[in-house]
Amino acid sequence: MTATVMDQDTAAIAATLREAKAKRARRAATLKHIFLVAASFVMIYPLLWMLASSLKPDNQIFGQLGLVPGEPQWENYVLGWNALPVSFTNFFWNSAVVTVLSVIGNVISCSFAAYAFARLEFNGKTLWFALMMMTLMVPYHVVLIPQYLLFLQLGWVDTYLPLVVPRFLASDAFFIFLMIQFFRQLPRELDEAAMIDGCSPFKIYWAIILPLSIPAMATAAIFSFIWTWEDFLGPLVYLNDIKDYTVPLALRMFLSQDSVSEYGQMFAMSVLSILPIILFFVVFQRLIIRGIAMSGMK
Amino acid sequence: MQKFLRKNAPAYVFLAPWLIGFFLLAIFPILASLYLSFTQYDVVRPPEWVGIENYQYMFEFDYRFWKSMQVTFTFVVISVPAKLIFALAVAMLLDKGIRAVGWYRALFYLPSILGGSIAVAILWRQLFDYNGVINSVLRFFGGDGPYWLSDPRYSLWTLIVLAVWQFGSPMLIFLAGLRAIPQDLYEAAEIDAAGPARKFFAITVPLLAPVIFFNLVLQMIEAFKSFSGAFIISGGTGAPLDSLLFFTVYLFNEAFSYFRMGYASALGWVLLLIIAAFTAIAFWTSKYWVHYENERG
Repeated sequence: MTATVMDQDTAAIAATLREAKAKRARRAATLKHIFLVAASFVMIYPLLWMLASSLKPDNQIFGQLGLVPGEPQWENYVLGWNALPVSFTNFFWNSAVVTVLSVIGNVISCSFAAYAFARLEFNGKTLWFALMMMTLMVPYHVVLIPQYLLFLQLGWVDTYLPLVVPRFLASDAFFIFLMIQFFRQLPRELDEAAMIDGCSPFKIYWAIILPLSIPAMATAAIFSFIWTWEDFLGPLVYLNDIKDYTVPLALRMFLSQDSVSEYGQMFAMSVLSILPIILFFVVFQRLIIRGIAMSGMK
Repeated sequence: MQKFLRKNAPAYVFLAPWLIGFFLLAIFPILASLYLSFTQYDVVRPPEWVGIENYQYMFEFDYRFWKSMQVTFTFVVISVPAKLIFALAVAMLLDKGIRAVGWYRALFYLPSILGGSIAVAILWRQLFDYNGVINSVLRFFGGDGPYWLSDPRYSLWTLIVLAVWQFGSPMLIFLAGLRAIPQDLYEAAEIDAAGPARKFFAITVPLLAPVIFFNLVLQMIEAFKSFSGAFIISGGTGAPLDSLLFFTVYLFNEAFSYFRMGYASALGWVLLLIIAAFTAIAFWTSKYWVHYENERG
């Protein structure tokens, strides 16, 4: 009899304790969410402010924290588009050409190298692999000067060749590394079976490895797109004619004009310049985030 | 011979683009830049051998070189740990099955993907303007906003904030690392009545050490190489008073504004050696504080 009473008491106490704990957990979770919402707002506030400023009249941009423009000044976009001696149609086209070619080059050449490293046997593999990994560490600034002198000799300065041709030569070892990581996860039996059926290594690459590696290819393509689109140093060194400028170089011209007063237009073009990246991010978020966790890319 | 060819030919065909690129765009430039670093070269006249003069001048007389070292090291030493602390703190908040984690992750990561763009560098200049957003906020809280961009005492902070704002990518890597820590360790610690601090230092830090190490090396190299932000915010020169004279900005100007290719190559080699040294130190010390799980002892 007493034992049951005690059991009931213990059960009641346990239930209250459990409830208290659940309550504490709920309160902690709410606090966490409030903090996280506030923190993410602070994080993206600068971007929202830029968007808002691109729709404000110039005299209402500075010292204003608000994110809602009174009367949206859409003409900032129209005027900004033609504010420089050459229209932004040109700059966007140039950026698109360089970026598309770079993406194609990266995906083809890096997947070639990665396939050799991940799936084929050959003499000197360890050495080449070590050298490839070492190039990951070399800062672009070190090789930039001799590369510039080389391209100058070839007469390639003021063309897009110095920006595009290296991509077809797998110069971004990061992508090779990313793809090797992915290829290694694919079962070897596939290659072996195909080899027994008389497939050449190229056939295996084309018909087996590539179709199974679409996520890795897409990740490399996406990052390649983003980095090339944002690239500033390369175009700064190789392009001198304003007609050849890519979007980042053009944006910088807003700053070098001595009397910057068209802030609204400058922000309008800045917003348009990062729009493709944001769109890519929204669409391919999953691939991007997994890609980083997988390879530790920037 | 035929066997040798049959074994190697396909692989080297696949490697060919990379091999050509490796020799033409990596090995040749690295060696050429070593050679050029012992010459004076203005692109117009052929390079003139000067021995170690460039390095001698750099270390003994070039106060701008030392200034750029000071700026770059200050930037690295402050921004990298700050960035990693933010990354780890937010990753721990986001761990343990919180609702809407995908949204937070995306929002925190977005700055990392845009941070290198010229648009953001331009935006940053305006945010830190004397009448900009940052000072408006400071004044609202009764503070006194300094001239962030034109006062050399404050200008570097604009870039440190810009770097820390991009903590998203190490955060994602930390998140992946935290997921890999077995939960029963924390449960066992709770039974032993370990507090949150104890759990953090006795479980999280040691088990996350390889990931911390990886992020540290990666972010350090990134920080030494950072260029566009400093270039845009300082108007291309490292102004005010060389307080934003990042090593890369100095190198760029020596090479492409003054066409002192020999001297700039010497600067490039110093940068390469610094990065190599830091990576080596990180790897060498790692055996004292990084233990991999599948290792015995």
